This record gives sequence, structure tokens and C-alpha cells, in this order.
Amino acid sequence: MSPRYPKPPEGSWTEHFGLDTGPVSYADSISPSFYERERQAIFRRAWLNVGRVEQLPKAGSYFTKELAVLNTSIVVVRGMDDEIRAFHNVCRHRGNKLVWNESPDEETQGFCRQFTCKYHAWRYGLDGSLTFIQQEDEFFDVDKSQLGLVSMHCEVWEGFVFVCAAREPEWSLREFLGPMITALEGYPFDRLTSRFGYRTEVRANWKLFMDAFAEFYHAPVLHSKQSPDKYAVAAREAGYEAPYYAVEGPHRLVSTSGVRFWEMDPGSLKPMEVMTRGGLFGPWDKADLGELPAGVNPGRCKPWGLDSFQLFPNFVILIWGQGWYLTYHYWPTSYNTHVFEGNVYFLPATNVRERIAQEMSAVTFKEFALQDANTLEATQLMLESGYVEKFPLNDQEVLLRHLHKVVGDWVEQHAGVPA
Amino acid sequence: MSALLPAEFAEFEEYAAHWCLPTETERFERRMASDMDEMGAFYAAFSARLDEAIEFCDKYPLDELPEDVQRLLQLIHSYVMVSMAVEIFHQPKVVDSADAVLRRVKEPRP
Repeated sequence: MSPRYPKPPEGSWTEHFGLDTGPVSYADSISPSFYERERQAIFRRAWLNVGRVEQLPKAGSYFTKELAVLNTSIVVVRGMDDEIRAFHNVCRHRGNKLVWNESPDEETQGFCRQFTCKYHAWRYGLDGSLTFIQQEDEFFDVDKSQLGLVSMHCEVWEGFVFVCAAREPEWSLREFLGPMITALEGYPFDRLTSRFGYRTEVRANWKLFMDAFAEFYHAPVLHSKQSPDKYAVAAREAGYEAPYYAVEGPHRLVSTSGVRFWEMDPGSLKPMEVMTRGGLFGPWDKADLGELPAGVNPGRCKPWGLDSFQLFPNFVILIWGQGWYLTYHYWPTSYNTHVFEGNVYFLPATNVRERIAQEMSAVTFKEFALQDANTLEATQLMLESGYVEKFPLNDQEVLLRHLHKVVGDWVEQHAGVPA
Repeated sequence: MSALLPAEFAEFEEYAAHWCLPTETERFERRMASDMDEMGAFYAAFSARLDEAIEFCDKYPLDELPEDVQRLLQLIHSYVMVSMAVEIFHQPKVVDSADAVLRRVKEPRP
């Protein structure tokens, strides 16, 4: 069967990107010691997205983020000067966690004028400066100016708040993102503020879930029972091919072609999709976002379905042709566990009909994601058995190859560099 | 018992007590705890008037829905939730999802 879409001149996307075509090892996903190296070589050096500016609507708004991979918790806050800053969430007096609510290991958010430690009431301004010590006279040679909260580098790009744990970042955030990602500047992320957020803990290495969403080769098989038989059978027979892939530095992209569900015969659709005019690809009535920046649909696919940008190391922005987007975050908590966060963003609904189409899309997203998550634990278990060491990857799985290659390269290059 | 829904939708009061739930978490849990007969009955009964129910809600601005209309919207949300089980899986649980869990932790209101 000849490919549905043209391949690059080299004959495959894999060779086009200069990647090896041989079987791969997932030894990087089953090893506690490799995970320790990843933490140092990748997560302590890269810019990590921790949220969006809409979570910090006004001066004094804050949220905390548990970053097990960095062995820390941070508090991200909008100051009186409107600057967004990130601090290690630790009181300088006795090391108590500064900002938490009911339970110290749970993330929290809110609004305050200053941070007050629950232990001895040391107080910090929104800019991190230490402003008050209880019975200051009892201390010895204490200098408040030297005891502010310990900051983490924090920069904002298109409303996405990033932090970098390096003492001195090796790149500015925009340098780190590179031209493929910064070409998304101007996409109306700031207007798509109606958010459906999801979270779960997954018993698999973080890269295995990234892999699951980096190829659509699985879609006609794993998700066949999500559609009426007529559609499922046609989809399986057709198989899957993506029209466009790109890699740039440590980041990567796959675009898919669009499906015009509203033109399909009703026997291929769920009745509820017809009734709500919504589904996996989003509301059928396309949101009018105006002209989109050049970085969107860079392969100029027509019809265009979506772009899935995987930002190294653990952040995905998935832009849908129907005028909405979603993000994935994969936060490692050990070599074989991670926290997955998915956020679905739409234009705020202006009426119930729009709200229902969004609800249908969000509910459908979860139904699919539950199937995706299910295979991971099974994969982790058997990779860890160690009886099979090498696995083939096809050209539709090129982005997995790239992720594991980049992870390996970063770990390798960083070996021997003092932390 | 006082009515939960607008009078125009009184025929669905028997479902309202069970399915007017404000969050996706509650709706998903209710689906998991329900049997296919009850969900099938709710789905069959509500299908004919879904469009009318949406039209009815849309007589009000989205952020000013009266309480009974908010409950009608919650019932529509539950109908979306139930439809997944009725139309596709023929069981409450997502087929091939094993023990996977995904909690919705943030959603627009209503």
C-alpha cells in the first residue's frame, strides 16, 4: 500500500530527521538510576511550564506547584508590580513549607497581600522579601535583606508561566523554545479561557505517556470501540497516517488531517454527536479566532485537524483546527510513576448550546484518555520484566524515537558536568 | 416534594432527583454506580426533548440561569455523560479502561 501522504525525499520522516531506523530500547524508562540522571540533566536545566497567567488574575494571586522531579514545591505569585515570580515554598527560619492549605502535600491557590508562615509567623512580601520576624530582637545578627524567599527563574511566554531550576539558565525562555514554538506567538491563548482541567497519577514512566500521545497509529485500534462499528471498521481498514511531522532542537510536532464529521452519514456517528454538534475533535461549529499565526498548521495540511507540539521535556500544546486547544503535562514522581495533567481550553461559552458542545467534547476527551492511560501500566510492567530489550518503531512513531533520543543525548552530554 | 425542574419539563422530575449533579465528578461516579436499565430509561426518555431543553435554557443569559434552569442544564450534562455508556459501551465503564482514573479538577460553571 503506498503512503496516503507524500514522504520526505529520504523516503521516511525518520530518515528525514536523521534518526536511526533500528529497534529502540526503553531502558531509559525502567531504571531508577537513569531517572536520577534525567532529573539532573533535563529537569534541572530545562524551562518547565507550571501554569498560565489566568491562574494569577490580580496582584496577590498565587498558586503552589509540587515538583517532585525537582524535589521541591514552589509558589508562583503576581506581585504588586504585576510581575510574576516563583519561589521555593520554604520559610527561611526553620524550613517549614510556607504556603499550604489543608494538607502539606496538596497544591493550593488563592489571594493574599503577604505570605505568613504557619509556624512562627515570619512574613514575606509578594516579591519574596522578608518583612517581619517575630521577636526579631531575640535573634543574633539577623539581616532581613538576606533572608528573602529563594527565587526560581520565572518567565512568561504567551501567557504560559515557565520556571527554570538552574542557577543560571543556559537559555532565555524564547531561545529555549526556538522558532518552531515561538511561531505560535499571536495565537489567542488569552481568549481561550474556558478551562476543563484533569489530573491523575499514572503508574508508568513519564515518557511512556508522552509516547502514547505522540502517535496516532494506535487510534483506529485502541479506540475502535469509541465509535459506531461502521466508522470503526472503516478507520481500521484505512489505518493511520499523519500528513506532517517536524522536529526542531529538542521539540517536535505532528499534524493530522481533519475529519468533517458533520458531512458523514449518521450511521458512522454517535447520536449524541449529532445532537450536540460536538465530539472528540471539538465543537462542530468552528470558533472564529481570526487569522492564526504562521506557526499554526506549518505543514499547510488541508483539511487540517490538529497540531500536537511536544515542548521538551514534558509539556504538550495541542491546537485543534476547530478553534480550541489542550495541554498535557507529565510530571515524574519516580522512575515508574508520574502525575498527568490535561487541560482543555475553549472560548467562553456564550450560551447553553455552546456549553453543551464543549461538555460533549470534554467528556469525549476523557473517555479516550482513559483508554490511553490503561495501556501504560501494562507496558511499564512488561518493560520492567526485562525479557525483551529492543522494540521496532514505524515511521508513524517517529516522534517517540526523537523524544527518547533527545533524552538520551541530554543525559549523555550532561554526564560529568557538576550539578 | 417541590419541583426541581421548570414546569415545562415536569415529566423528568423522577430523573432529576438522581441526575441533577453540579460537577462532572459526581456525574461520572453516578454513571459508574448505575445499571444500564436505569441509564437506558433516562436516555430514551430525554432524547426526544434534548433540543427543546437546550432552547429553553437559552432563553436566559448563561450566567443568569434561574436555579430550576441550572438544574435542567445539569440534567443535560448528565445526559451527555450517560450517552457514552448507552450509545457506545453498553456498560457504565469505558471499554478497555481497566482501572485508569482521570479526575476533572476544574470546569466552567454552570
